[in-house]
Amino acid sequence: MAVIAGAPRRGLETNRVIAPGQTAGMIDDVVNTPVLVGPQRTPTWWWLLFALSLSLLGLYLVSIVRLVTVGVGIFGNNQPVSWAMPIINFVWWIGIGHAGTLISAALLLFRQPWRTSINRFAEAMTIFAVVCAGLYPILHLGRPWVFYWLMPYPNTFGMWPNFRSPLTWDMFAISAYASVSLLFWFIGLIPDLATLRDSAKSRFQRLVYGALALGWNGSAKAWQRYMRAYLLLAAISFPLVLSVHSTIALDFAVSQVPGWNNTIMPPYFVAGAVFAGFAMVLLLAVPLRRAFGLERLITLRHLDNAAKLMLATGLIVVYGYGVELFYAWYSGVEFEVFMAYNRVLGADHWWAFWALILCNFVAIQPLWFRRVRQSPWALFVISIFVSIGMWLERFVIIVVSLTKDFLPSSWGNYVPTFWDWALYLGSFGLFGTLFLIFIRLLPSIATTEMKELAHHDAHHGSDAYETIREAYYRGEVRA
Amino acid sequence: MSDTTRPGHAPAVPTRAGDPLAPDGARPVDLGRLRERLSQQRGAAYWRSLDELAETVEFQEFLRKEFPRQAAPLEASFDRRDFLKLLGASLALGGLGACARPPQPHEKIVPYVRAPEDTIPGRPEFYATAALDGGYAEGILAESHQGRPTRVEGNPDHPASLGAAHAITSATVLSLYDPDRSQQLLQRGSPRSWTQFAAAMADALGALTDGPRLRLLTETVTSPTLAAEIRALLAAHPGAAWHQWDPLHADGAVAGLRAAFGEDLAPVYDLSRADVVVSFGADFTQVGPGRLRYAKDFARRRRVRSADDDMNRLWQIESTPTPTGSLADHRVALAPADVAALAAWLARELGVADAPAAALPARVEPSWADALAADLRDHRGRSALFAGADQPAAVHALVHALNHELGNVGHAVRYVAPVAAAPALHHDGLRDLVADLRAGAVELLVIVGANPAFTAPADLGFADAMALARTTVHAGEYLDETGRDATWHVPSTHALEAWGDARAFDGSVTIQQPLFAPFYGGKSDLELLQALLGRPERSGYEVIRDAWRERVSGDFEAFWRRSLHLGVVDGSAAPTREVTRRPLDLTLPVGDDLVVHFHPDHALADGRHANNGWLQELPRPFSKLTWDNAAIVAPATAERLDVRSHDRLALRADGVEVIVPVWVQPGQAPDVISVALGFGRAAAGRVGDGVGTDVYPLRTAAQPWARAVRAERARGRHRLATTQIHHSLEGTGERRHIVRAGTLAELRQDPAHPKFVHPVTHPVSDITPDWTYDSYAWGMVVDMTVCTGCNACVTACQSENNVPIVGKEQVIIGREMHWIRVDAYYRGDLDDPSFYNMPVACQHCEKAPCEPVCPVAATVHDAEGLNVMVYNRCVGTRYCANNCPYKVRRFNYLQFAELAVNATELSLAHNPDVTVRSRGVMEKCTYCVQRISSARIQANNQGRRIRDGEVVTACQSACPSEAIVFGDLNDPASAVVAAKASVLDYKLLEELNTVPRTSYLARVGNPHPAVTGASAAAPAEAGTEGVL
Amino acid sequence: MPQIFPPNANAFVRWALVGGGLFVGLLIVALPIYARTVNNAVRVPVAQPVAFPHNLHVEALGIDCRYCHTSVEVAASANVPPTQTCMTCHSQVRVGDPQLAAVAASWESDRPLAWNRVHDLGAYVYFDHSAHVNNGVGCSTCHGRIDQMTGIWKNEPMTMGWCLECHRAPERFVRPRSEVFNMAYVPPADQLTLGAELVAAYHIDANHLVQCSVCHR
Repeated sequence: MAVIAGAPRRGLETNRVIAPGQTAGMIDDVVNTPVLVGPQRTPTWWWLLFALSLSLLGLYLVSIVRLVTVGVGIFGNNQPVSWAMPIINFVWWIGIGHAGTLISAALLLFRQPWRTSINRFAEAMTIFAVVCAGLYPILHLGRPWVFYWLMPYPNTFGMWPNFRSPLTWDMFAISAYASVSLLFWFIGLIPDLATLRDSAKSRFQRLVYGALALGWNGSAKAWQRYMRAYLLLAAISFPLVLSVHSTIALDFAVSQVPGWNNTIMPPYFVAGAVFAGFAMVLLLAVPLRRAFGLERLITLRHLDNAAKLMLATGLIVVYGYGVELFYAWYSGVEFEVFMAYNRVLGADHWWAFWALILCNFVAIQPLWFRRVRQSPWALFVISIFVSIGMWLERFVIIVVSLTKDFLPSSWGNYVPTFWDWALYLGSFGLFGTLFLIFIRLLPSIATTEMKELAHHDAHHGSDAYETIREAYYRGEVRA
Repeated sequence: MSDTTRPGHAPAVPTRAGDPLAPDGARPVDLGRLRERLSQQRGAAYWRSLDELAETVEFQEFLRKEFPRQAAPLEASFDRRDFLKLLGASLALGGLGACARPPQPHEKIVPYVRAPEDTIPGRPEFYATAALDGGYAEGILAESHQGRPTRVEGNPDHPASLGAAHAITSATVLSLYDPDRSQQLLQRGSPRSWTQFAAAMADALGALTDGPRLRLLTETVTSPTLAAEIRALLAAHPGAAWHQWDPLHADGAVAGLRAAFGEDLAPVYDLSRADVVVSFGADFTQVGPGRLRYAKDFARRRRVRSADDDMNRLWQIESTPTPTGSLADHRVALAPADVAALAAWLARELGVADAPAAALPARVEPSWADALAADLRDHRGRSALFAGADQPAAVHALVHALNHELGNVGHAVRYVAPVAAAPALHHDGLRDLVADLRAGAVELLVIVGANPAFTAPADLGFADAMALARTTVHAGEYLDETGRDATWHVPSTHALEAWGDARAFDGSVTIQQPLFAPFYGGKSDLELLQALLGRPERSGYEVIRDAWRERVSGDFEAFWRRSLHLGVVDGSAAPTREVTRRPLDLTLPVGDDLVVHFHPDHALADGRHANNGWLQELPRPFSKLTWDNAAIVAPATAERLDVRSHDRLALRADGVEVIVPVWVQPGQAPDVISVALGFGRAAAGRVGDGVGTDVYPLRTAAQPWARAVRAERARGRHRLATTQIHHSLEGTGERRHIVRAGTLAELRQDPAHPKFVHPVTHPVSDITPDWTYDSYAWGMVVDMTVCTGCNACVTACQSENNVPIVGKEQVIIGREMHWIRVDAYYRGDLDDPSFYNMPVACQHCEKAPCEPVCPVAATVHDAEGLNVMVYNRCVGTRYCANNCPYKVRRFNYLQFAELAVNATELSLAHNPDVTVRSRGVMEKCTYCVQRISSARIQANNQGRRIRDGEVVTACQSACPSEAIVFGDLNDPASAVVAAKASVLDYKLLEELNTVPRTSYLARVGNPHPAVTGASAAAPAEAGTEGVL
Repeated sequence: MPQIFPPNANAFVRWALVGGGLFVGLLIVALPIYARTVNNAVRVPVAQPVAFPHNLHVEALGIDCRYCHTSVEVAASANVPPTQTCMTCHSQVRVGDPQLAAVAASWESDRPLAWNRVHDLGAYVYFDHSAHVNNGVGCSTCHGRIDQMTGIWKNEPMTMGWCLECHRAPERFVRPRSEVFNMAYVPPADQLTLGAELVAAYHIDANHLVQCSVCHR
């Protein structure tokens, strides 16, 4: 199979959660060394990507200046389509921002050894995605400079925000999620920062990493406190994974726009978020392991599991589409029925729906096959499909629903403008810039935990079913 | 302008010093400082009016600068092309200013020096005067805030308006402040003073040799005083001649009356006495003298609340859909020649022996025609027949003959002595004038008001001929196509600026009084005449007073005060004139394969209002077109010509070619291409120039209203801007039950629960607690049976609530701001549908979906049931707009309204009682909360409750057919409670349980029983049908 | 391996945390105070083209508010008097007084005096004097002892919150109509009971007073 043939450096590939015979030193070499080397030895590909991201970031800033000086009118929004690309992009980014916390928190609580090597950069991805997402709702306000009126604070108006509004809930949900994720990520980083501090060459590096390490001394007491804090935060952030996107789903579920007010929205949005999140994890993991030669740490096993989760959540999402259409038909409400019809066969946007089915349903079917799940580049391509599909999903839900609702006299259409796209592409610049800085200056893999895993592996094997799984993968045993 | 002479001081006219806007001598102005002041305004800050600014000395003078275009802030006035660009520029200031408020200089309070006795600062005053439509008076009440006119409404005491106002009339305040109005007396482009002009006229008139050397060209004149002055001028110069030119003048009506009765008369209808109304191409509620009065009487006779009520029946025979026709119980769309043929057939049928013989047109079902004839026979003396202004003399004569034959004369129809001072065939008059000009016989040509260089039939070549006169004088509000070519141009006054008088359709006279001195200088027609009569210093005030002092006996001052106060001169209505019919000798127009049919634009009339942004952006009935005219074609004709909407169609006739964008319009007569006059102006101003297509070149003096034409598709497409995208509803329409319509018969079958009002029952399911109202509870009812979709409510609302316009590009994107819109729905087949008009504004739901979703509580339910929108709290999430099922919320995507940073003179038209919204905030209908508030405060100060009818919303006051009822639902005696008690009452989208406070009365039709498949009979399918 | 940080680094961090906490606390206290006072120019005298002493005219000469502010009972605006009003007296009294030069000039040149606005509400606030004075809200309730002011300044913050203090509980401030123009009026000890009676007597709909539409249109 071509995909497999394309798979590189098979020598390194393994199905174990960590390649056999890994030692602390080896892990340090592969993870920490690239972080500590001086600027002059930064790889060229990094500079190229960084330049690209910076230019996109520039576009982002230009768009924002234009937006604030001229007004949201620079976008294609209109009557009746009051929400469009900025909100689509917001939901899309926030969805992506889910896998990280899910992996690190949920899998930690479930004691899944395979989280270890991918949680660090997945968390980073989460935080950066939330940053991109969080800016959209503010930017698309008519008067962004008074966004703080959404927050309850002692003001001279003698007014509270409207706590009945889902948008107020959003504000709390997102800020809570962002802060907890950040805290969780940073706590996890502390021991690694200490490691960097100790192995740093230049005084400057020692100062910076030292300050960030908060005087970590590796004492048993420190470890014990650290572990407890980490576990607590995991317990706190796990529910957030479910709550955030549920809350955002309520923006739609609570309204009465046909195609929006579905009770299924929250679970189906969460599933979609995990789906999109894992797609993005794979989009980052595949090049990352290749670039830094992390194949021994981020193994085929990780890709395989991520792919399985993607398939599972993807099918839940597709089920969601089915249920939406069923609801519409079963409700017998003319507006809902027409909305369903308009989505699937409507003259203006039928293409969006079918493209989305292609990306989110057809494109993930190969994941049933192990060989595909184990082929990094196949996963990379499928993940691209999924990311596009999830964007289209939000387009269909938000824009298509709004174009034709109750009164035919008020039906309209929507055409994105240059600035809609500029702000969207620009947000990739923001994300890319942050992520590139992260992989350059911080260990993209949790080394302390990997060393633990390596130690455990050396003495007890990666896990109980190792041998039988190996045999299975080699095709010697049938299930 | 330093030589501006003020009109005399009438008791009611505050034009004293200290009045912010009263002009006096020009003083040096520090524009720099002014710009500074303007730019220092913080962007997000709303401001109530220009008063704060205007009351500073610099601003008063600045407003009167002779060259306002040079001043930076004014460049931000509505220019379609530069619109967005300007927004960018001004909002860089506005938006950023709002981020961090810069230190504010103290605003100035500038009191009067000498306070006018009768003004209370902050309290508006109302002056009764008249606006002219085709020369005929429509009584208005003009609202003035310390001498600043802001609003025009109908005068309830005036017989021609009874309180109603046409869409154009409400928009006139915007024209009043239009910075593009002519502001300087010019001789061949160079400034001259009034005295210089007067001297020049004296010389020119003195040098006149005998013979027809002096020619006067005016529009239709009904003013007794102006007519007298003109006659005086003619008398002073033997051989001088007076022509009249109004491109929309109904020559056919004049000729028809002469043919039928052998004399000049004016028909006056009393529709309250007509059970059956038949209209041959007459849009009598919209066009022609008495239109508003006819709309009122027609609606009052048609309104149905219960099965006991009686209603009239309308038969409409027309070529293109009209608001009046949309109410028809039976409507047939015919080519102009067929309309005449049907009139002749009907006349013969009903015993007009001397009517020309004509076969029944092919498109008319014999059964239909028989029913029409039978209906008229059954209602002898209780019917009324109309002929449209665009109908030929034959149709008018036949209609008069029919009215006479059916015994309607003396009942629903009476005749009076002509109201126009000199009834004439304008086209013939203009042809004679051109002939004399070509003969070189004319030395001095004085054109007052008219714009023949643009509006004259192309075949006359007026513009060239005009150049042959030695001296031409043009008096007009704008330096228009004619003014540019004239030797002299004299700026004219606006109707709200000048003393004058005019007569209404029934002859009653209104003495027009100015609200303030001419804002841009300018002279009234009367004052111009004075210059020609050699007494230039005489003010219009003196002329009018002297003229009336001669006419009235007894206490003149009492008469004067009463007439000004009432807005109409007591007992001035013309007495009925006995008529005797003359034998008819008529020739019917012959039809053609394909004809182009001209009609006045619904908003721009003959083009004179082209520079008024409100009117340019007014969605035309049914098509909802804005900022363009189009070739209106029937679907069948579109197929024949192989064109679709937005295509371009080349119209050719006698070597003239005009390319017009196509609009496919259900209900248009097949093989008839209707085009609106008045577009494609070259010298209208920054708003109107180049908007749409000028179709006057296709018009000829011989065939001014319809002529044969060849048409074929031209290359390319032209994006027309409509406020409603037109869909075929793919079957979903009728299941939405948006428009509910039935017939009087159906209503009488089931008086208690007519099926068509509630085709399906919707169980009320509701979890939220109900509101309780212990003081007032406001509510509205819209009667769809009488709504013609004439848009009077739209401009009235726009003027009352400072609703901005957005320009063509923004309309195309879908960002028009109108708070009230008239939805158009069709039912039936594409060629002969029935029309439904549904005015939709905020429904003020009890359980408003917009309220709970606003994160900052900027839109909330108030204790009187209003759904209030707090602009200054709004952050612009637009969630409310998404959640509003009626889609009545409008968002300021850009800086559409004029704030301090981009203020122009147009800002002076703002209503100071309503916040001017900045960009980034949501807005919508407020039920005119400012009017409710002022009424409440007044009532409260007097220790009483608000009386029923004390609060009248802008849309309600303007509506000519009284389709809108507003009031307190807690007052069992109120009109709105009575209306809501009707069995026809239903709520839009009631199944959503939003419980709107605005409800609708189902549309009731009254088809003739003999007509099968009568359009109004079947239940309505909602749907703006398939123009795709 | 050499130490990067001095031994007292940890102590420094701890104190930094404490200091940061205190600073935030301080902001939370200070900002609202600032927003309600300094930011609103409360009790900051405003210079005027003519140094008009209210105290002289009201206290010493006993002129009633309504002599100049004529429309306060009938209109939204209390009306700043026209030059005419000044001249009714000052055409006889203290003619040629340099302090009155500006007034005389205005009268002569027919150019209005431009006073500096002291109570500058947002333009989206529709305040109506008549609605207040006719319902027992005294001048001094909002304007303070203006009768004793030599200059002129804003006595209250005039923020929305401040307005709501009364709109939410009018009985706390209303006084008998007869006392509205009494600058020296002191609320009685039983203001709340009296207020409640007056609210009922004047048909003040407290429920309606808190509606947005009362002030914003």
